[in-house]
Amino acid sequence: MITATFEVTEPGMLTTVQDRGRYGYQRFGVPVSGAMDEFALRAANLLVGNDEGAAGLEITVLGPGIRFAVDTWIAVTGADLSAQLDGEALPRWQAVEVHGGGVLSFHGMEEGMRAYLAVAGGIDVPVVMGSRSTLVKASLGGFEGRALKVGDVVPILPVEPGARSIPLGLPEGYQAPAYGEHHEIRVILGPQHGAFNEEAVAALWSSTYVISLDSDRMGYRLEGPPIEHRTGPDIVSDGNPLGAVQVPGDGVPTILLADRGTTGGYTKIATVISTDIGKLAQAVPGQSVAFKAVTIEEAYQLRREREAALVAIRDQKQSRKGSSPGFIILVDGQAYDVIGEHGEAVSRPPTAGGAARGQSRQATATVDGHTFDFEVEVQRGD
Amino acid sequence: MYEKALFFPAGDQALVVELGETVSPEINRRVHDLTLAIEDQDIPGVIDLVPTYRSLLVQYDPSQISIHELQASVLEVEEGLAERATEEPRVVHIPTLYGDEHGPDLEFVAEHAGLTPEEVVSIHSGTDYLVYMMGFTPGFPYLGGLSDRLATPRLATPRVETPSGSVGIAGSQTGVYPAASPGGWRLIGRTPLMLFDPKREPPSMLSAGDFVRFVPLTDEDEYSGIQDLVQQGEYQVTAERKR
Repeated sequence: MITATFEVTEPGMLTTVQDRGRYGYQRFGVPVSGAMDEFALRAANLLVGNDEGAAGLEITVLGPGIRFAVDTWIAVTGADLSAQLDGEALPRWQAVEVHGGGVLSFHGMEEGMRAYLAVAGGIDVPVVMGSRSTLVKASLGGFEGRALKVGDVVPILPVEPGARSIPLGLPEGYQAPAYGEHHEIRVILGPQHGAFNEEAVAALWSSTYVISLDSDRMGYRLEGPPIEHRTGPDIVSDGNPLGAVQVPGDGVPTILLADRGTTGGYTKIATVISTDIGKLAQAVPGQSVAFKAVTIEEAYQLRREREAALVAIRDQKQSRKGSSPGFIILVDGQAYDVIGEHGEAVSRPPTAGGAARGQSRQATATVDGHTFDFEVEVQRGD
Repeated sequence: MYEKALFFPAGDQALVVELGETVSPEINRRVHDLTLAIEDQDIPGVIDLVPTYRSLLVQYDPSQISIHELQASVLEVEEGLAERATEEPRVVHIPTLYGDEHGPDLEFVAEHAGLTPEEVVSIHSGTDYLVYMMGFTPGFPYLGGLSDRLATPRLATPRVETPSGSVGIAGSQTGVYPAASPGGWRLIGRTPLMLFDPKREPPSMLSAGDFVRFVPLTDEDEYSGIQDLVQQGEYQVTAERKR
């Protein structure tokens, strides 16, 4: 039997295994890590039918070559790094079937800088402190605690029996994010805005900053007009939240990101809202950033909209292209796949009784020993 | 210490709970008591807690709890702190071999302080240091309580690599390196203990709120004896309750 794996055949710039991050250990000084653009990773996972927290690859600027050992499904989201599958352009934000021996390659950065690869089942590296995310700086987690290199053979977890069918792409009405070259980043003032006078805060809203080359997964250093402190730049060290806009003594802000240290001793004038962290993750050094203040209620609303988009991806009623059509039952408008006793996909409604697609009929089902009568609407099938 | 906690939003998924303005063992103790009490409450939507010198960063999931609900829950926990039985903190013993190859800067620290190396060891190992917080790197404790007499400026040029377990002094701080890393600390000794091991649960030997006592080892044999036990996973850490 061939083990489900993929092999790295060409080096990339920085390709690491990431999931949604490592929580519960910040109090011991362990950074959270995880995907820089969490939305893109979660979407990629949902597109191939994974749990949204499964581990995938974060691919930075120059992608690696990847050869799959077995037939599987993949989705590439996030930046446009000119992905190709077996030499043909690979659509992003869409589940695509890969055959054993298939080669994924990347041919240059077009838009954004971090692409995410999800593989059906998820990447199988050891869970370290509750997460598969890589923290290269501390050689922690991921694939041997480091970025992938040529020759690495990365295991893939088996797809769970009875896993729901795979949606094809983004649901109707949802568009893939466009990353652009100028980034409006929304922030909530604080926690230490009290260390700055009004002019300094006003300067933060009116200035444009350029992302420094000295930016990485720990943080984005900005170049632009310095922000002056009313009091000193140093505080008694406290916790570093994700997205903190930290202003040290030279007045030049740094935005703290996934691999940030857990604590720090500089004033934090504002904090980037959760939905805009991913935007920053796709902002390329040399591009410009401007800040805009929002209220916490506005941030919550934007976050609800983002979560709704992920739910919509997850709850699509499409099945995987090319496989036998699945049989779906709608209960109160919610779609459920029908699976057999052994977890196998049921492609033909055993009780359709000749009902054609779009027609309904009465049926009964047994769930945990309880029998239910319900109406079946045939969605697909012949 | 403030009479009541102050709250500062840190974006839309974190809240700073500030209990005071200064570095003091009393404020810090309250931070740790509050951290443990919040944990016991199991407030839905609380994802992570980062206790520091005088404040606590609470990371939350806004789809489960709003900042207003979270503040109300934290205030309630804070008000209940007075009736809460708290254990005295742990004092964790860190066996340390001072001087020679493990503490190449011991002589310098002694000279700088106008003391003998033996006096430096006696003063350094004669204090219990409070772990105010963990940070900087996994398993690194920020210790408070170094005698003013031992304060020594950092190296002008940092070492390319400081071995793991190194015990050092930087300015008015003392500390111990959980992993090999570059650093400008004056190294006075080394412990064979592994302060941080990702395979252990919890991975960190020390927690914020603990005290640390450096216990001098007599010679290289005793050091390697402990090192062997550590490597075999058979070393039992000595800890007692602070009195």
